[in-house]
Amino acid sequence: MHELSIAASIVDAVTESAAAYPGARVKEVRLRVGALASVIEDSLQFCWGITVEGTPLEGSKLVVKILPVVSHCAPCGKDGELESLQSFRCPHCGEPATDLRQGRELEIDSIEIDEVEEKV
Amino acid sequence: MTTRIVELRRGILKKNDELAAGLRARYGEAGVLVLNLVSSPGTGKTAFLEFTLRELRARGAKVAALVGDLETDNDARRLAASGAPVRQINTHGICHLDAEMIDKHLAGWEGVTLGGLDYLFIENVGNLVCPSSYDLGEKIRVALLSVTEGEDKPLKYPTLFNSADAAVITKMDIAEPCGFDRELALKNINEIRPGIRIFETSAKTGAGMDEWLGYLAEARGMSLSS
Repeated sequence: MHELSIAASIVDAVTESAAAYPGARVKEVRLRVGALASVIEDSLQFCWGITVEGTPLEGSKLVVKILPVVSHCAPCGKDGELESLQSFRCPHCGEPATDLRQGRELEIDSIEIDEVEEKV
Repeated sequence: MTTRIVELRRGILKKNDELAAGLRARYGEAGVLVLNLVSSPGTGKTAFLEFTLRELRARGAKVAALVGDLETDNDARRLAASGAPVRQINTHGICHLDAEMIDKHLAGWEGVTLGGLDYLFIENVGNLVCPSSYDLGEKIRVALLSVTEGEDKPLKYPTLFNSADAAVITKMDIAEPCGFDRELALKNINEIRPGIRIFETSAKTGAGMDEWLGYLAEARGMSLSS
């Protein structure tokens, strides 16, 4: 249950980046989370509501895009998405999948903000 | 009012990852092999580590350990009986160790400098989920599993087992009365982390420990020459 620490890290990072847009309101925070990142989306959403309370991110929506695990198979030369996390094998030829190219991501992709237009 | 999408593309655990990279560089310069031991509570990490510290010291190696728990310094006191310097990290409710905790506890550790060590062991908080996200700068992450936990543990916790560099099965001395299916456990570990080195050990009888200690010496030699 480390989603609370993760949520707090996201709030810190977004607050820091959003500071470049004074007065802007953050509407949405979009994440890219690999299937092997050990983050449960439901827990993260639950923690999000608590963590953003009283911060400039209050009311913002968290959008989580889950990325499947992709392996590169040296024997058959192909990349492929693993069908499940129960068996790390190349989906094309069944050889053990030891070279993972995607699946551990835990990053903020982008944020959507409403900017206040300066009055002339 | 205008709506704008701002690309950030930054790691959520960037702060931890940067600190961990700094630690990794320091370990490398000091020539110390650092291992991060991860398992469920009750797997026997501490007994396994007690044996390891005692044996490495008997072989003339300079070793130390950092041990993480939510509360108490019971494990540090147990491990200190080996004669090695041991420092307890109490996380007070946090379910994993992070790079900042390691950095803080390495600083001001009386009588211990990284340069004076051959091996540093980090015993993580007993948890098979959260520690997998937090890099501590270690060279080797060890996932431990005891014969009492069920052969399907690697299938239930693939994110952790897949991130491990070595796997250790503990309490092999009671494998038979527990009805432990050795072949199935080895197969499951290999299914999640193909080709991983697996050690079948007992801290009680010392079974499998020679092979483990040999692996440590070999890994240290390789990290020094690389």
